[in-house]
Amino acid sequence: MKKRKPETTVSRRGFLKAFSMGGAGMLIPSAAIAAQERVPAPSDGELATLHDLSKCIGCGECVSACRESNAVKYPEPKKPFPEMLPSRRAKPEDWSEKRDVEDRLTPYNWLMLQTAEVTYRGEDHEIFIPRRCMHCQNPPCANTCPFGAASKQKNGITRFYDTFCMGGGKCRTVCPWHIPQRQSGVGLYLNLMPRLAGNGVMYKCDRCYQRLDKGELPACISICPEDVQTIGPRYEIVAQAKSLAREMNGFIYGLEENGGTNTIYVSPVPFELLNKAVDKGKGKPHFKRVGDAMADEGNLAAAALVAPIAGIAAGFLGLGAKLFKTDDKSQSGKEDSHES
Amino acid sequence: MKARPYSAWISRVYIFAMAALAFTGMMQMPLAKRYYLTEVPGMAWTGDFFIVHKLHYIFAALLLFVIGVVVANWFLEWRDKLTLTPLGMARVGIVAGLVISGGLRVYRGLPDVTLDPIFVLTVEWVHLVLFMIMGGVALAALIKRCSAFAQAR
Repeated sequence: MKKRKPETTVSRRGFLKAFSMGGAGMLIPSAAIAAQERVPAPSDGELATLHDLSKCIGCGECVSACRESNAVKYPEPKKPFPEMLPSRRAKPEDWSEKRDVEDRLTPYNWLMLQTAEVTYRGEDHEIFIPRRCMHCQNPPCANTCPFGAASKQKNGITRFYDTFCMGGGKCRTVCPWHIPQRQSGVGLYLNLMPRLAGNGVMYKCDRCYQRLDKGELPACISICPEDVQTIGPRYEIVAQAKSLAREMNGFIYGLEENGGTNTIYVSPVPFELLNKAVDKGKGKPHFKRVGDAMADEGNLAAAALVAPIAGIAAGFLGLGAKLFKTDDKSQSGKEDSHES
Repeated sequence: MKARPYSAWISRVYIFAMAALAFTGMMQMPLAKRYYLTEVPGMAWTGDFFIVHKLHYIFAALLLFVIGVVVANWFLEWRDKLTLTPLGMARVGIVAGLVISGGLRVYRGLPDVTLDPIFVLTVEWVHLVLFMIMGGVALAALIKRCSAFAQAR
């Protein structure tokens, strides 16, 4: 399959090439090399990743690299967990004794591999699919977090801030793929009302922000021996995905899902078939078509903007004055009123 | 109930909008399911974060409409006849803070808008803390039986 590499997108191989200049490379200041091959800066627009599923061999190197790169961020819960009320509904979630689990997303496993065995157009396919946060363009997890503990960064990463997360799990509910995973016994709720509100901290892929900040590739991209992933400005990644899909007569996931995501998959088989074939359930995301969860935000914001203007107009057109006079006549001279 | 120096409907709509905003605001937190509110007949919607989110916006629009009417009338006529009570002045300040932080919250939710995470965090907590202060001040005003925002000069 022909591979295109737009100037600013970077795959592992492209990245390594910059550093494999032999002895001469040793003489070139590292900053000069890095300047050429660094991951594009946020000013280049939101960064997106492209997964070419025709390349993935399911070796699991990305899963291991992810765990190694992010181990320092994993929770170390205090035990025993505080009793929570009501006990039948507020149950602790503890993955700290099951840190090795790799077949689903957990607070200690932010990337998993799904396998799909499908027959398409008379051909058998075994497709391996790295799954993690989709890093939506308009993420409902971040936009609806009541504590501001989740935000989308300008470089397209949707990141959770464990210091302020209460672990209520709203983000997991509103995420179309239910990606974030909870660990109890850590976080802010322990210092507030641990019996009554909160239940830990939510965790998910943060696209190795600490590496990206230094211009390095995320661990899963860096380690991949098959160059499954490419990272770059979204507009370039989208163009690349469309071109790749045309070449392989394949299919794209992530262009429109939830209003567009910064994780885009290209597959040689339809995603409907992949969705049927993969193991789904808790911590195991689906591949359904997903509408834009935040589609109404623009209309709602417009209503909130127009409302005070309409109110002021109504006031100037005499709405309040008329009503004021009505009360003024009947209750003139009386003072005080009753409001909340 | 003491006589109002202005129409009762403004008070009623304001109280309704604030109460509805307080409730839907609380429901932004994942409490409804945990505390069985979703199992109360007719209250299942409280567990749907998207519905509660939209309702919060709609009630905010209603409150903003009332605020618009009051502001226009204040400058047209009422400021010569009414004066803010001390607790009224405090609540005007708090409501202004809630409107500003809420407005920033709305702006933040728009597609293609990405704000600094620290700014987002600040806006969220300012909104949350002001909501709690507003509840406390409104309760104090009720207990002291001086819940009026304004009184005749």
